[in-house]
Amino acid sequence: MSLRSPLAKARNHGSARDGVHHWWNQRLSAIVLIALTVWLVLAIEVAASGGFAASRAWLALPWNTVFAILFTLSAFYHGQLGLQVVIEDYIHTRWLEVTLQITVKLLALLLSVMGTLAILRIAFGVAPLAG
Amino acid sequence: MAEFTLPKNSRIKKGKHFPAAADAKRVKTFQVYRWDPDSGENPRVDRYDVDLDQCGPMILDAIIYIKNHIDPTLTFRRSCREGICGSCAMNIGGTNTLACTKAIDDFKGDIKIYPLPHMQVVKDLVPDMTNFYAQHAAIKPWIHTESPPPPDKERLQSPQEREKLDGLYECIMCACCSTSCPSYWWNSDRYLGPAILLQAYRWLADSRDEAKGERLDELEDPFRVYRCHTIMNCTSACPKGLNPAKAIAEIKKELVGRQSL
Repeated sequence: MSLRSPLAKARNHGSARDGVHHWWNQRLSAIVLIALTVWLVLAIEVAASGGFAASRAWLALPWNTVFAILFTLSAFYHGQLGLQVVIEDYIHTRWLEVTLQITVKLLALLLSVMGTLAILRIAFGVAPLAG
Repeated sequence: MAEFTLPKNSRIKKGKHFPAAADAKRVKTFQVYRWDPDSGENPRVDRYDVDLDQCGPMILDAIIYIKNHIDPTLTFRRSCREGICGSCAMNIGGTNTLACTKAIDDFKGDIKIYPLPHMQVVKDLVPDMTNFYAQHAAIKPWIHTESPPPPDKERLQSPQEREKLDGLYECIMCACCSTSCPSYWWNSDRYLGPAILLQAYRWLADSRDEAKGERLDELEDPFRVYRCHTIMNCTSACPKGLNPAKAIAEIKKELVGRQSL
């Protein structure tokens, strides 16, 4: 039971003076992703038509490497921003919320580094040629 | 976690049926949520058959008819019966609206009447508005000034400046919008909700107010404002035809506009 007044509860810990940049970055990365997704859809069409070796060669072209890395980074960045909001919306058990927030952010970082490395290895021709 | 199922003592049971008189010609059935905190019983839905020739055209007329002629234990709020006081806001046919401005003819079949969603129920159709009003008080909904008013007259506002309050000042705080908002359902302890944010913007938009910065400081919070995910239920629910979603978008524009990006 709490005898705090309704106003004290409504004011709670006050404003965090935060949230604007999360909101702005989410929209900015969404716009970037729209453009890059158009590129990706067209790219897969080209890349998938010539077989494995041709796809590798295609991805190793400088602009394709650049766009592929940008897509990987912005997708994971945008994804973790979105998941952060979903977790804040629905998970109200504090320890679980904190655990999930940290896990999602570290996982997004790990996967974006892994994805970038994979693309770079293909671009620099150091990835194994088959399976 | 967010609650997706009702707790055991909130599950709604089938209630009583009150048939209309045998000679009634135009009969409409109203399924009304009932809960009495003193009874210790679960909520139930009672069915009232109302003779439409005996009652007025609006949902509120039917509810008042039920209370006066069928079942005096039915509890609800009402006052002005013309869409100005906001007391009779409830969930009618699955949509939050004012019982007094909603016509019975707008519905086919039985009409389901429930209290505003996801609020604590005080009794029957009466929700607990304590937190909602406290949130309103928290945004300090009055003019803040430091400059003294002109000695011989009131603070002036040009017609163009006054126009900016149109679509905001008409809000009657009925809470139809806030209680239709899923974000408000899950986070009403921290999210201010569309009604309060529209009120907050009403003061941000007022040319006579001198505390825009402080007001924006208080709003700039991941929960107070940014739980709004532009679901737009607020705008489709508003019985006054206002657009709380647009007011929230304007607040977000103000907040982003004072930042370096």
